[in-house]
Amino acid sequence: MDFSPLGLPSATLPSVVPAVRVIVPSGQLVAACRLAQEQGARLVALWASDDRDRGMGTMLRVALADADGLTVLELAIPAFEDARYGDVASVFPAAARMQRAAFDLTGVAAESEDQRPWTWMAAWPIDRFPLRRDFAASPAWEPGQEDYAFVKVEGDGVHEIAVGPVHAGIIEPGHFRFQVVGEKVLRLEERLSYAHKGIEKRFEAMTLADGHRLAGRVSGDSTVAYAWAWAQAVESITGVEPPPRALWLRALALERERIANHLGDLGHIGNDGGLAFGLAQFSRLREEVLRTNLAGYGHRLMMDAIVPGGVAADLDPRQLRAMAEESKRIAREVATLRGIYDEHDGLQDRFRACGRVSNELAVRLGVTGLAARASGVAGDLRCDFASPPWNSLEVRRVVHEDGDVAARVAVRFDELADSLRLVRTITEQMPDGDIRALAGEPVPHRLGLGYVEGWRGPVFCALEAGPGGSIRRCHPHDPSWVNWPVIEHATIGNIVPDFPLINKSFNLSYSGHDL
Amino acid sequence: MTASAFLSQFAQVALALALAPLLVGWVNQCRAWLANRSAPPLLLTYRTIRKLFMKDAVVASNASPIFRLTPYIVFGAMVCAAAIVPSLATDLPFALAADAIALVGLFALARVFIALAAMDIGTAFGTLGARREMFVGFLAEPALLMVLFTASLISGSTSLPAIVDTLAHRELAIYPSLALAGVAFTMVSLAENARIPIDNPATHLELTMIHEAMLLEYSARHLALIEWASALKLFNYSCIGLALFFPFGVAQGSDEWTAIAISVPVLVAKLAAGGFALALIETASAKLRIFRAPEFLGTAFLLAVLAMLVKLLLGN
Repeated sequence: MDFSPLGLPSATLPSVVPAVRVIVPSGQLVAACRLAQEQGARLVALWASDDRDRGMGTMLRVALADADGLTVLELAIPAFEDARYGDVASVFPAAARMQRAAFDLTGVAAESEDQRPWTWMAAWPIDRFPLRRDFAASPAWEPGQEDYAFVKVEGDGVHEIAVGPVHAGIIEPGHFRFQVVGEKVLRLEERLSYAHKGIEKRFEAMTLADGHRLAGRVSGDSTVAYAWAWAQAVESITGVEPPPRALWLRALALERERIANHLGDLGHIGNDGGLAFGLAQFSRLREEVLRTNLAGYGHRLMMDAIVPGGVAADLDPRQLRAMAEESKRIAREVATLRGIYDEHDGLQDRFRACGRVSNELAVRLGVTGLAARASGVAGDLRCDFASPPWNSLEVRRVVHEDGDVAARVAVRFDELADSLRLVRTITEQMPDGDIRALAGEPVPHRLGLGYVEGWRGPVFCALEAGPGGSIRRCHPHDPSWVNWPVIEHATIGNIVPDFPLINKSFNLSYSGHDL
Repeated sequence: MTASAFLSQFAQVALALALAPLLVGWVNQCRAWLANRSAPPLLLTYRTIRKLFMKDAVVASNASPIFRLTPYIVFGAMVCAAAIVPSLATDLPFALAADAIALVGLFALARVFIALAAMDIGTAFGTLGARREMFVGFLAEPALLMVLFTASLISGSTSLPAIVDTLAHRELAIYPSLALAGVAFTMVSLAENARIPIDNPATHLELTMIHEAMLLEYSARHLALIEWASALKLFNYSCIGLALFFPFGVAQGSDEWTAIAISVPVLVAKLAAGGFALALIETASAKLRIFRAPEFLGTAFLLAVLAMLVKLLLGN
């Protein structure tokens, strides 16, 4: 990305995916974002940190990605009351919720019209900001009542349906406000943050040595991707290079995570289409994968398998062979099940043209990951920035154009087949050697980045170390942040009973988004 | 009208009440087997109903008496329906009071009250479910009436026992009009009993529900009665279908106790086969988009009309 028209110098950041940082002077943030957007960049993350103790006010960071890699814009917002920064959402619509969340946590607001809270749900007083360093929680605080102003649609026959955060099934909490005429959805508005756990604050009480455990629990279904992104961030701060075998073992775990989640999703999408048979079959296959994980890693979801510097435990040749065998068998069964899904008229009728996200919309909203690949946006970190071991694995870049539920199902089937192949290749070509490099000395205040293609999309992690191996600030960022608003658009014009199917075809994280 | 006729009438209603939850359990079991899952216990529906009867009911503070009365009305309507559908014997004193058209009316009565109760509370889901239920109902009822009219044309009577008597005494052959009516009836039954492809009785997705959405506010004894009534409805529909299209094994009079005794295992066997067929249809189908329901039920209506035309033109 070239910021020379604005005269902004950039400095390289140590990172697996090429990354630069650009210090943006006050008042130039929106111009810098617009320049980046014109060069094809999309928003990855936006977060703020309280640096008043270092005399830098509140540090706002905007991470962007394009074909060159990551760019982190840094804007120091002075510590005045009512200090504001330019509205990034006017360039990147996905920034809107991140800006609102940044205000709720650090107290600096963007110059945007929408100043409703996002993360704040009356769990703490509205004039306190948890990520400020002088924040102290009090047990005397009573949870209050929040009156969130949903946008209403007026008109003859328009009425409202409120769903959640408590649902009839056992799923994560989220509120969906529909404005409908009959069965047709005119508008959908999401309200998230019910799963806010204070993860970012909790990181500040941990150290670089034990932070991977929390990072691996930001969103349980993506624990491997998060742990790897965290490990990358720590390694770039400490200057540690994990040994080759560790990287291959990480890739194996990441692909197994992708396999397990795609299997689960394909079953649930079929079930939401009314085909319970699909759920039973795919759940059985997913269970096999999880049990093999338990045998190999001691944990069904492979939590804590990845640690900074390498991996926690090695796999012996027998286990690797068993995984290769299992992949072969599952690939055969999945091919049969794909035939059933593809040839089932009733199911295809539900999938086709349902919840469509056009390529133009996907680009405009900056959709990422699996959902983007179903709308013809061909981003995949494993191909785009093929670091070891991806550079010797020839990952297949899966793209479908239709952008509907059928396309998201097709992307999952294709990626599943490729991941099953990758597991076989990885287990056969696994290099020998150490599995963990010794920890290095962290450089205080250096920004460490992690960027890993999880099953849902790229998981981002930004880390700043404090003195003596402490964590000064950690911001794990789920691809769901930018994809959640897309569901609002994808649902417009569809009928109410199709929403669960559309939602499931994205299957975004609540926990990873709410933090 | 004899004492034994009353006895057989009573036995039939008691049997319907007792067997209906078993039929639901059996269908669920078949569905599980067909999807390679281990099945829930056959008697689970009984246990659920018992459990619900033992709980304390929670009623919304703004509920009107309609909400409280509905479970009893719905349950009562289904018991009345069970009394006029000849499942064991065709000598039913109660059937003199109500014919096939009244039967459709009984189902409609239950539907109207359950929809009213759903709207009574004023939740979004109740209204949503009620709206969809009436949408399905207004399409399904004419088709059901047409099927019954076809059968009435054959027997020259709208009284169900008379129809079954006539059908049971014909030569064993395939009658095109009945074959068409049978397909139409199957489609209507799927829609009326909230089964796939119109509704999904097993779903937890509140936005897609039809029948279940109307019951979300019910608990304890109210819910138990409605669940039992739903089971009875499925049982009644199955018995109507079996009586019209597979009428063998139904006892003729009420004096032949041996015939009635034989008709019980015959009925159970037929229901088991019917339940399996239902599970098979449900396993192989996906749920239709709700606006495909008119096409589905329109086809059922068309088939029922064709059945009647075939009967009028060909005389069989």
